[in-house]
Amino acid sequence: MERTTAIAHVGSGHFAHGINSELTRQLQAEGIGMSFTRDGNLIRVLENINLEVAKGEFVCLLGPSGCGKSTLLNIVAGFIAPTQGHVRIGGEAVRGPDPRRIFVFQERGVFPWLTVEGNIAFGLSEIPKSERIQRIAHYVRLVGLVGFETTYPQELSGGMKQRLEVARALAVNPDMLFLDEPFGALDSITRLIMRGELLRIWEAERKTIIFVTHDIEEAVQLADRVVVMSARPARIQSVVEINIDHPRDISSRAYLELRDGIFEQIGLAHKV
Amino acid sequence: MGKALSAMRRTVRLRPVGFVAALLIMWHVAAARQSVHLLPGPIDVTAGIAELARRGLLLKYVTASLFRVTWGFTTAAMLGIPFGLVVGWWKRFETGLNPLIQILRPISPLAWIPISILWFGVGDMAAIFLIFLASFLPLTVTAMNAVASIPAVHLNAGRNFGLSQFQLIRRVLYPAVAPQLVIGLRITLGIAWLVVVAAEMIAVNSGLGFLIVDARNAGTRYDLVVAGMVLIGLIGLLLDIGMRSLEKIKSLRWGYSED
Repeated sequence: MERTTAIAHVGSGHFAHGINSELTRQLQAEGIGMSFTRDGNLIRVLENINLEVAKGEFVCLLGPSGCGKSTLLNIVAGFIAPTQGHVRIGGEAVRGPDPRRIFVFQERGVFPWLTVEGNIAFGLSEIPKSERIQRIAHYVRLVGLVGFETTYPQELSGGMKQRLEVARALAVNPDMLFLDEPFGALDSITRLIMRGELLRIWEAERKTIIFVTHDIEEAVQLADRVVVMSARPARIQSVVEINIDHPRDISSRAYLELRDGIFEQIGLAHKV
Repeated sequence: MGKALSAMRRTVRLRPVGFVAALLIMWHVAAARQSVHLLPGPIDVTAGIAELARRGLLLKYVTASLFRVTWGFTTAAMLGIPFGLVVGWWKRFETGLNPLIQILRPISPLAWIPISILWFGVGDMAAIFLIFLASFLPLTVTAMNAVASIPAVHLNAGRNFGLSQFQLIRRVLYPAVAPQLVIGLRITLGIAWLVVVAAEMIAVNSGLGFLIVDARNAGTRYDLVVAGMVLIGLIGLLLDIGMRSLEKIKSLRWGYSED
């Protein structure tokens, strides 16, 4: 398999990546800036962020903790209005959260007062009952929670809660999923399993996914493109295409080179 | 093994019963040996309760007290909880109202007795009003705090699924605060039960509080005084058990775990 990676540099307003077609472009963030004042000091979180995401693409936003990548995801999802620039999805400006684009929080996002079924059905109150039952059953199966339909989240493990939240998001058949460090609170073994699960689901449903992480390995294992962000005020430092087919061999040369390239860019020697 | 375990459970459950029995015996012995009559013994008190039952007063007084608590407490819950939720939901209300609430809170409901008699005269309404006052603020504050402590992720998730403001209140806000409201209701019902007895000592002429004052004034019947106290305690226990059973509801239970 050939590696056709370009580490593209991001200038003001333009950057190069593989997807240029108007047809496949789904999300455009143009000139996003975000700042706020705390105790009289102006704090700049994001500066001139330009990003395009194609339909069905899996993009990871990678950056150090506290760099503002979560803020960017919240802006894209419509929970926060940026102080500069705007986000367009499918040509229309984002003005608030929308059921066509579901945000997946860390595992605490599931509703503890609803059962597994109740959580998955949360966004389905408008559709007819027979279809609702079918969809619940489908997504219970997809995320491997068969047998736990009437269990409350309290009795589920962290990984199960996270899968439940993904199921709840997918059940409303959104165009896009926004995942904010979804596996951050899980142990490292569960985290690896969850990555595999997410890729399996992504391959089955082909949603556009924007995934925020501070874990370089995670980003290179999952994404089509890794958007590397700088420390605050966050800018896009580079965009790295990961042209390796799934399932990825994480000891292959191609994988290691890409991973080490990102380590270098972030300014980390790959030594402990 | 299973048998041994269930036998152990039974002894654990019997522990409070044994403890109360021991206390009753000690009470009995102490009361029988006293040279000056300071406290009636358990047998006299039981006889007192039997006498109240025979004269038809037991049911009458218990019903009268419960009737006042029910009205005062229910009205306070129906007004105080929605009020507290609204105040907690719209933060601007809260900053405006909080000083007033904090000034009213330390005033004992009993301090309102003269005012409530002035407004409603001696009778049920005065007592109900006092219970309402005693319950309204604690319930309001519980509801305010419960709203403030809803995790932002739950509200954001609700909005993400396209809920309107009204749906958000019904499907996220309400279930999210329910466990804390149940705790608030349980504690407040305890307060209401304390206040009804005090109110009945002054503002009315029936009920368990009245029984205690009346038994002392009309013929120093201390067996009936203690009988009244025992009845108040037992009914308080039953009310608490009733409210506690709400905490076992499955969709509420998450709110009481450590996690």
